[in-house]
Amino acid sequence: MSNYFKEAELLKGLSLNEKESIEQIYKDNYGIIQQLVINNNGSEDDARDVFQEALIVLYQNAKKDDFQLNCQIKTYLYSVCRRLWLKKLQYNKRFDVLVDNQEEVVPTEEDLEVHQKLDAQYGVMKLAMGKIGEPCKSLLEAFYVHHKNMQDIASFFGYTNADNAKTQKYKCLMRLKKLFFAQYKNAK
Amino acid sequence: MMDQKQLLEITEQYLKGELSADEKALFEEMRTKTPTADQFVVEHQFFITELDKYADLKRFKANLYDIHHTMKENGEIAEVKTQDRAKIIKFWDKYRRTIAVAASIAGLTALMISGITVAFAPKTPLADIEELRRKVSKLEVKTNKQDLQLKSVRQKIEPGVNVSFGGSSFLIDAKGYLVTSAHVVHNAERIFVQNNKGQDFMAEIVLTDTQHDLAILKITDEDYKPSNNIPYSFSKKKVASIAEPVFTLGFPKDEIVYGEGYLSSVTGLLGDTMSTQITIPANPGNSGGPVLNHNGEVIGILNARQTTAEGVVFAIKSKYIYNAIDSLKRLDSSKIVHLPTNSTIRNLNRVDQVNKIQNCIYMVKVVMKK
Repeated sequence: MSNYFKEAELLKGLSLNEKESIEQIYKDNYGIIQQLVINNNGSEDDARDVFQEALIVLYQNAKKDDFQLNCQIKTYLYSVCRRLWLKKLQYNKRFDVLVDNQEEVVPTEEDLEVHQKLDAQYGVMKLAMGKIGEPCKSLLEAFYVHHKNMQDIASFFGYTNADNAKTQKYKCLMRLKKLFFAQYKNAK
Repeated sequence: MMDQKQLLEITEQYLKGELSADEKALFEEMRTKTPTADQFVVEHQFFITELDKYADLKRFKANLYDIHHTMKENGEIAEVKTQDRAKIIKFWDKYRRTIAVAASIAGLTALMISGITVAFAPKTPLADIEELRRKVSKLEVKTNKQDLQLKSVRQKIEPGVNVSFGGSSFLIDAKGYLVTSAHVVHNAERIFVQNNKGQDFMAEIVLTDTQHDLAILKITDEDYKPSNNIPYSFSKKKVASIAEPVFTLGFPKDEIVYGEGYLSSVTGLLGDTMSTQITIPANPGNSGGPVLNHNGEVIGILNARQTTAEGVVFAIKSKYIYNAIDSLKRLDSSKIVHLPTNSTIRNLNRVDQVNKIQNCIYMVKVVMKK
């Protein structure tokens, strides 16, 4: 299989959140990124955070129907990570020149802007989720994030039947909606 | 009219596409008839989209988290080799600015303190202070003819060489180390020291400490025999007290002169703590001579007198000799000076004390730089 198809397959897998593809991308790229971050005053944790954020950027892009990657995954991830880490350094008032040996870098500004918007939206929902408290949070996440059915949720959370669980879920959802929209207007 | 809970349930089913064709038609009809229900559906649709995005990203992040940890456990993520070094560099980088700021503040403070010290320290020599080095006049020629002839066999100072200034000095180490005042040997081209028998020896400056007006000389002459023990001692800790009787020996003229007085103040001119004030007859030429107490301990080095007052003389405290010797040792490890710590003249009367001491007092003759 040619390199092109291999990369397309990996991207497809990534867009579907498939473990094997993500693992492969991880194996192919993590070392370089870790080196980049650590060579430039970062820690192992910094390297992980930067790399995972870059993977999220790629994931969000790969899910778009019209997405076309015009370079290798490696180049793209490296470019995004480089940009992210530079931003982080600047945020920490460190105005350094990055030490790196890979010359090929593609522009990633636009993708990062989109990513930032998505991240902000994610943040709004996360904040609302954080505010509703337990068991609401776990209950709603079981239903909406992990797609458990009402029967399982009822037995797991100790409700006598699915209807009771449904009532509880309704109450929780209303609260979440209220918090979310309040947060959403604040963010606007 | 259905309640909110039912509306939500149906809306969710509708949005998921779980309603049958009939139900869907009914629901859409209701939406057009009831604007509040329609608004609810629009709002919920937006909310569910956001919730789905949240759920999707959360699942992806959870996946990444798992993968990272399994890979790390399986050793598929390389350990960072430069970690220790990186930690130090990181620390440095993180605190670089702080360190720089702290260092500048420390530097500035040090500069300020030294500036203040310089500004307030008494400036010697002031106009009303006279350093007691002696202008060696032509009178010197009149020295003992017999002596001159004796020395002529081994004339160290060639005739015609103008010996212009003189002072006193005293041995601090029988190897030939002498201490005198820095101003005595200031601008010296050549230095000779003369003992009380009239013998000249070549000497050189090994250290000058102009801040404390001290100089250490070393007799370099082959004729010098390091024989005599030094009878007086140096006390590092002892603080001389006021009214303590003191005496000095020096060369205000070509023969050694004894002077007697007392310590009149523990500080020098204008409260200068480096020196003490003594009341003693002193004249030009006494500079560099020792100031001793009745036990035969050197408490200072005579260096100046106040011209506006009679009998007010200043002596540099002897502890600065220790400092000078320490810096000499640092400068040149081969030059180790051992100060005598026991006075062998402690219980002698003054005449015997002076008799023993005078062998260790040398006149300093300086040939000035042109």
